[in-house]
Amino acid sequence: MTMPFYVAPEQMMKDRADFARKGISRGRALAAVSIQEGILICAENRSRTLRKVSEIYDRVAFAGVGRYNEFDQLRIAGIRHADMKGYTFSRQDVDARSLANQYAQLLGQTFTHEMKPLEVEILVTEVGPTHNTDQMFHILYDGTVNDESGITVLGGSCEVIADKLQESYEPTWQLPEAIGAAAQALSSSDATHNTEDLTAPNNAVLGADELEVALLARGKSGRAFQRIEGQALAEHLER
Amino acid sequence: MRLPTFAAQDDPGPNFVALLQAAGLAPPLPDSATNDLSITHATTVVAIRCANGVVMAGDRRATAGHLISHSSIEKVFPADRHSGIAIAGAAGPAMEMVRLFQLQLEHYEKVECRPLSLEGQANQLSIMVRNNLPAALQGFAVVPLFAGYDTASEVGRLFQYDVTGGRYEEREHAAMGSGSLHAGTVIKLGYRPDATPDEMIDLAVSALYRTAEEDTATGGPDLVRGIFPVVAVVGPEGFERVDDTDVERRFRDLLASMDNS
Repeated sequence: MTMPFYVAPEQMMKDRADFARKGISRGRALAAVSIQEGILICAENRSRTLRKVSEIYDRVAFAGVGRYNEFDQLRIAGIRHADMKGYTFSRQDVDARSLANQYAQLLGQTFTHEMKPLEVEILVTEVGPTHNTDQMFHILYDGTVNDESGITVLGGSCEVIADKLQESYEPTWQLPEAIGAAAQALSSSDATHNTEDLTAPNNAVLGADELEVALLARGKSGRAFQRIEGQALAEHLER
Repeated sequence: MRLPTFAAQDDPGPNFVALLQAAGLAPPLPDSATNDLSITHATTVVAIRCANGVVMAGDRRATAGHLISHSSIEKVFPADRHSGIAIAGAAGPAMEMVRLFQLQLEHYEKVECRPLSLEGQANQLSIMVRNNLPAALQGFAVVPLFAGYDTASEVGRLFQYDVTGGRYEEREHAAMGSGSLHAGTVIKLGYRPDATPDEMIDLAVSALYRTAEEDTATGGPDLVRGIFPVVAVVGPEGFERVDDTDVERRFRDLLASMDNS
């Protein structure tokens, strides 16, 4: 019988964290900003069909970066959780905080007990009646929950993007300027420019067909999630 | 409540009802006959096709045997953005069916990132009605009307169902519930193809008024308490409920025209 090699727990956790971080940093980033009209979520995404940002419930949205199949599973689990909770209790009892805790539990569990940690970072966000009541939970691959306010950036080179956004950010931003600023900031990531087209100028701002944009509209009764795409998005970006 | 996760082979997909079953939350079926039990019944609902859409209407009365159990229940609901459902039959299971149906459509849309087609919605409702058949045989029959604006073919479409889940698409109009015979006749006489929604709202209002005169289980307009039938139009703009004050005005116009004749 062979004995397994002893691996110190510190080393094991570090290896797993490195593995997950590597996977996540390869992906393209996304940013969420709390503004006048609600919460704007803006992701760099060249696919028209594989979504990174999605509706969970009336005032709650989900966004993920990293491995698509993994965060899509989490997205669907979140929708199921929210719909079952709304069915069992009432629509107003569905909130972002309890969902974020559930996600954290699942991610933490997978991180320590499974062969491979999930290579994802997710955002669960809920729009409130005012800017101060907006909630943004940024959940990491190991189940760490960060409660953030104003701005959140997920994915590769998120510090660079967050710094860039923070420079000009105002809670009183209106939709067009927020979309413009988010597109600008996302374009400053390294990942964007290390891709296929090496001839592209390095300072090009992402266009309407490279962005996935959605808004959780403030003060709307019922389902507040709306996508901004196609012509409407192009018009916002031009301004 | 924990996060529902499934192994790939057990995954319920975008089906909310299957998800509830997997979670053990599906409503139980009655196991004995309930003929002696007087359960609440929702009564007359109508739907009329008009130019570019469908008008739906339902009175506000619910009965239990010979008693009026509620005088202001609602029987016409939005199902999706572009569709509506009206119910007749046992009120409890009917409300539950409406709620599940609404959630099913919303759940599908969120999971799949696109709304279910109108055809798909009509078939889904057919399955729900059919699943209710054992309960229907025990006295809890639910028979809905389903109408919607088909965004793919850009027409209003109208479906009626029987207790077995049979789905019948109607070209002109449909009525369900205790007063359906009278309501159907009034609508048949006043119906014109491609009439405006406005004209067909008037026709629906008049049909419910006439039915209330003939059928005890159908409630007419209550001018004293300000209770009026629920009327909605499903068109290219989606499901829109007609304002109560507008419905009241139409009733007063109808009564005035009857006085003059």
